[in-house]
Amino acid sequence: MTEKNKTLFEFKDIHVRVEEKAVVAGVSLSIKPGETHAIMGPNGSGKSSLSNALMGHPAYEITRGEIYLNGHNLKDMSADERSRAGLFLAFQYPLAIPGVTVANFLRTALQSHRGKEADMSDFRKLLKTEMKALAVDEAFATRYLNDGFSGGEKKRIEILQMAILNPKMAILDETDSGLDIDALKTVSDGINRFHNENNGILLVTHYQRMLNYVKPDFVHVMMNGKIVKSGGPDLALKLEDLGYEWVNEEANHKAGV
Amino acid sequence: MSESLDKQKKDLSRLNSDYATKYGFRDPVDYFHKGAKGLSHELVEMISRMKNEPPWMTERRHEALDIYLAKPMPQWANTRLLNEIDYENIYYFMKPVDQQSTSWDDVPEYIKKTFDRLGIPEAERTFLGGVTAQYESEVVYHSMREDLKKQGIIFLDMDGGLREHEDIVKKFFGTVIPSTDNKFAALNTCVWSGGSFIYVPPGIEVKVPLQAYFRINAENMGQFERTLIIADKGSRVHYIEGCTAPVYSTDSLHSAVVELIALEGAYIRYTTIQNWARNIFNLVTKRATAHKNATVEWVDGNLGSRLSMKYPCIQLIGEGARGEILSVAFAGQDQHQDTGAKVIHAAPNTSSRVTSKSISKDNGRASYRGLAKVHKHATGSKISVECDALLIGRDARSDTYPTMEIDCEQVRVEHEARVSKVAEEQLFYLTSRGLTEDDARLLIVNGFMEPFTKELPLEYAVELNRLIELEMEGSVG
Ligand SMILES: Nc1ncnc2c1ncn2[C@@H]1O[C@H](COP(=O)(O)OP(=O)(O)OP(=O)(O)O)[C@@H](O)[C@H]1O
Ligand SMILES: [Mg+2]
Repeated sequence: MTEKNKTLFEFKDIHVRVEEKAVVAGVSLSIKPGETHAIMGPNGSGKSSLSNALMGHPAYEITRGEIYLNGHNLKDMSADERSRAGLFLAFQYPLAIPGVTVANFLRTALQSHRGKEADMSDFRKLLKTEMKALAVDEAFATRYLNDGFSGGEKKRIEILQMAILNPKMAILDETDSGLDIDALKTVSDGINRFHNENNGILLVTHYQRMLNYVKPDFVHVMMNGKIVKSGGPDLALKLEDLGYEWVNEEANHKAGV
Repeated sequence: MSESLDKQKKDLSRLNSDYATKYGFRDPVDYFHKGAKGLSHELVEMISRMKNEPPWMTERRHEALDIYLAKPMPQWANTRLLNEIDYENIYYFMKPVDQQSTSWDDVPEYIKKTFDRLGIPEAERTFLGGVTAQYESEVVYHSMREDLKKQGIIFLDMDGGLREHEDIVKKFFGTVIPSTDNKFAALNTCVWSGGSFIYVPPGIEVKVPLQAYFRINAENMGQFERTLIIADKGSRVHYIEGCTAPVYSTDSLHSAVVELIALEGAYIRYTTIQNWARNIFNLVTKRATAHKNATVEWVDGNLGSRLSMKYPCIQLIGEGARGEILSVAFAGQDQHQDTGAKVIHAAPNTSSRVTSKSISKDNGRASYRGLAKVHKHATGSKISVECDALLIGRDARSDTYPTMEIDCEQVRVEHEARVSKVAEEQLFYLTSRGLTEDDARLLIVNGFMEPFTKELPLEYAVELNRLIELEMEGSVG
């Protein structure tokens, strides 16, 4: 077996409960190094809940199922341990942390990953390079994290964080929403620069737009807390044309309803 | 402060201690003079005689004692805690040494060691223009840079101020805070000892901060320093005050009176970082008078103590005067920080801004008690009050008691009060980037305090962040 055939990230039969409500009901996926997967699905179908649960959000309880990254079982790990194990989640709605600058936060995060102090000048160089690549103004380094940032700016900063932490597996929850046309291109370029044959991407999106830049190997459709259909890149095009109704019908048909 | 978390970490591991070892150590007590416990006219007479004071001051003291005895205990803030103090069991006056020194070499070894451990001589060498160090009731060390002396700036301990500049002291002493103001102001006036006296001549800018450091060492000690700062027309000065005490099983009392007078066009900033042991009762009266176009700023950080009652006040009595009060209070387990701010607008076109931040952790309680008063003729005045409370843990408590007395229609008043919890969502955001929960919580708290911290000289900002880190250790969210 070559490296290529090994699984990078895998979760099996994930069930998630939040606020007494079952929101994800048995989802499985297996991602190999170098692959990009996309999850699409209507509002409220459980995409963010799944993402949060995978990252270890304490409010999203995994009532059943397993998660593996590079063969390590993540299920009993806290969010920070999962992060240090190489998992990353770009949030749909990133929160503001008043009084904490982007630079200070990123350096602290990087340090947590490396387990030692990040050399100041190395860090500055890294930050400067990545900010430039993502067309983020240098002034953002000293601004407070997401405090007063526009929707698009927040998304860019999420990708900046990913670029700096360089995870093995990145889940991107609607990173494309809120981006203008140019920003979509810049941010997509950033994602493509990060992506290589050793890491994986799971992209949650509503639109085909970003998939024109970040090309998925597989597309999955999530409805009512389940993956109801999987296919190649063309599935996204079909969804864009036809909406979700037909998938729903097909699924119901299969289930014999 | 940015980029400081790891720096603090490093400092901390070097420090490898908590309050008890860094500030809480005690010195063997072998004092030049240690009076009897309890308060009386005889004690007052004795203090005044030992200090060789002019008769008017002796009289002031006796008068204040009568006022103190006549006034009832405050019936607000925290009466239960106030009544815990055993006033009969307190030493109201302790004189550790016979003479004040102007060189650290002349300070008794055990006292010098104390201030060395607290980093005072080093701070003096690196960035201060003058220092007084008070130990129990008296200033044991005092020095000021020669160039500042040459400019006519006076910086002495209060006793020295009275001896050498009786005319100025007599003119201003007790004019901002009379003995009748409150029970603890009266207490301070009858047994006051030490504190700072500063006079800045017209047009002179004191370019480096002046600092006083207050240390309580003995058990059952009462420290009653008295500070008077006068900035003459168009002058500028920044004064910094720091305080600590060892950890004892019985309570000590710190009850200071601080009076500031900013004459026309003058500027005074008064910065306090106090970090009392958890059994100190800290009952302080601080008030400033700002004349025409003058500016007064209180920057007040309150950590430690069992109970703090402190409400820095600014009276804006001249047209165009400005006042700013920026404060942080940290209430940990079994602590009550009852702090706040008072602004009194008594002249037209005056402006004030109050920013109060509090952090309550475990069963700690932080109360904001504020007064904003605008007199009838103070037209065109502006007031803004912002209170921000952060709660850590389920049992933490914060209350806000704002009072507004606006007797003038042409004013602009803004008031905002917020209470927030260290939210699970914020913690998750930071931990999802690899920060441990403790680091994440500390980062959020430091961020919350940033508007305060960034107003401090760098050395103090680092120190404050480190103190907060100690307070945060082992917290359960
Ligand atoms: N913290 C929460 N508390 C209560 N309900 C929640 C919580 N998080 C998610 N839900 C519920 O779970 C369901 C799935 O929500 P989720 O955010 O996962 O959907 P989504 O697929 O990401 O939708 P969208 O495309 O709009 O982002 C919804 O009904 C939502 O209201
Ligand atoms: Mg979502």
